[in-house]
Amino acid sequence: MLEIAFTKGETKGETKPMGNNLDALTTIFTEFYYWVTVVLMFLIHVGFCMYEVGTSRRRNHLHTLMKNTMLMPLISITFFLFGWWIYTAFINGPGITGPLNSEAAAASLPWSQTMGPNMQDHITGVFWAAFLLFSWTTASIVSGAIIERMRSGAFWIIAVLVGSVLWILDASWGWHPNGWMVKVLGYHDAYASGVVHAIAGGAALAVLFVLGPRIGKFAPDGTPREIPPQNPWLVTIGIFLIYTGFWGFYAACNIPIISPESIGGQLTGETWTATTIYFTPTSLGAITVNFILALTGGMMAVYIISKGDAFWTYSGGLAGIIAASAGNDLYHPMQALFIGAIVPCIAYKMHYLVERWFKIDDAVGAVAVHGYSGFLGVVVAGFVLWGAPSSPFEGYAVITPLGNTIGAVIMFALGFFPVLVVASILDGVGLLRVPREVELLGLDYKTQAAYEHAVEDVKQAETATA
Amino acid sequence: MSTIGYSNWAVDLKDVAAIYPFQGWEWAMVVAAFIFWIVWHLVQLWQEGREYKEDRTHHYNPANVKSSIERY
Repeated sequence: MLEIAFTKGETKGETKPMGNNLDALTTIFTEFYYWVTVVLMFLIHVGFCMYEVGTSRRRNHLHTLMKNTMLMPLISITFFLFGWWIYTAFINGPGITGPLNSEAAAASLPWSQTMGPNMQDHITGVFWAAFLLFSWTTASIVSGAIIERMRSGAFWIIAVLVGSVLWILDASWGWHPNGWMVKVLGYHDAYASGVVHAIAGGAALAVLFVLGPRIGKFAPDGTPREIPPQNPWLVTIGIFLIYTGFWGFYAACNIPIISPESIGGQLTGETWTATTIYFTPTSLGAITVNFILALTGGMMAVYIISKGDAFWTYSGGLAGIIAASAGNDLYHPMQALFIGAIVPCIAYKMHYLVERWFKIDDAVGAVAVHGYSGFLGVVVAGFVLWGAPSSPFEGYAVITPLGNTIGAVIMFALGFFPVLVVASILDGVGLLRVPREVELLGLDYKTQAAYEHAVEDVKQAETATA
Repeated sequence: MSTIGYSNWAVDLKDVAAIYPFQGWEWAMVVAAFIFWIVWHLVQLWQEGREYKEDRTHHYNPANVKSSIERY
């Protein structure tokens, strides 16, 4: 059996035989730890589905639900086929700090023997699954923005692009202990403000640009109209579930226990610790407090700025966590509180500015909550953590405002531009948007008609036998 | 004979690696999964287009639209 198989990178976290019972216990603990995070993160997806269905109108409920639900199997199959390989293969760019990391990535190929039941590797499976759940989340963020007018088939193609290619590529660059952005820029984004949220927000904005607003969203003079959620209660329970799943997301971003020897960096001594994905020290306790206070800041500030709007207060809490996530491994709780309070207010204002200026109909505020908050969260971390080491390894750049700002731009742009191209192609061949007549009838029209017919049929049958 | 390479567990686990059936056929299984994925998208896009065409040609009229919109 093996002790740890976290990165399969160049130098550290390498697999090594378990020599004693402590090593065995560490492996089994790590395996179980990630398994629990996967189960918790599943709730994020339940929450997203409830949130989207609650926001959509009755005539689009089933379409909205299935659009989000089916991204799970589609990203799962593609993440197994090529997404996981990208994570290890592209850490150098390639071409920035080295060539394609194909030798180390060979173990992540879908035909590798460590991808199946293998007594020499207990960790790869749960680690793969944790990353897969991040992939689902990234694509699911896009899903909410474009409800009620985008074809499912087009969305699923973009979901695969975002979930199994783009986000995992940026993770390889900036969320891998050997990623070129960490080495060269000192990029620091411990809980994925940019790596997951900014890229997803960028992708959502690109689709919205090409897709256009829902019918009736804007008055003839361009004034935006509110399209109230059909079921506000489902929306709020959905966000509560996203909050709940977010605990698993945070825990999954950590390596739960590792020795300095296993890390192989500048850390000395024999004190085992939890670390971030970069192998920099932190603790589960620290990030738990920061998570709660970032949520607190977001809810309190956005409640005031939105004048008590429930939808935005909940979203503000989420945006608060996302804003502080880049540095929540190191922030003092009061720093997490104020970053979590200020950034969501900016994102809230930007949502309405972009809506008015560019006629963008983001049904759930996904670009603001994830895109703008994630982007700004990465930039802020560069200032607040200025000069702190980005890595335990010698020769890596330290965290700076410039490094993290460049990193934030890369994250947002990596979501925006490729998706803009693919969405434009899909639009060009008539596959992006549902026909106008279908949008007015409702995307569930046929299903709903069949349901009503079946109900009437069984009622008549029962009445006849009474 | 065993599809997983072991017909009993009289082994030291430190000497055991992969234990899934048909080892050596991973490539073929991956190719099959790739085809399954691509074909799924093609079939789905075709089904979706057919459904929307039917909605537009057979169900789209002012009365149906009005009742759909009023459901909110």
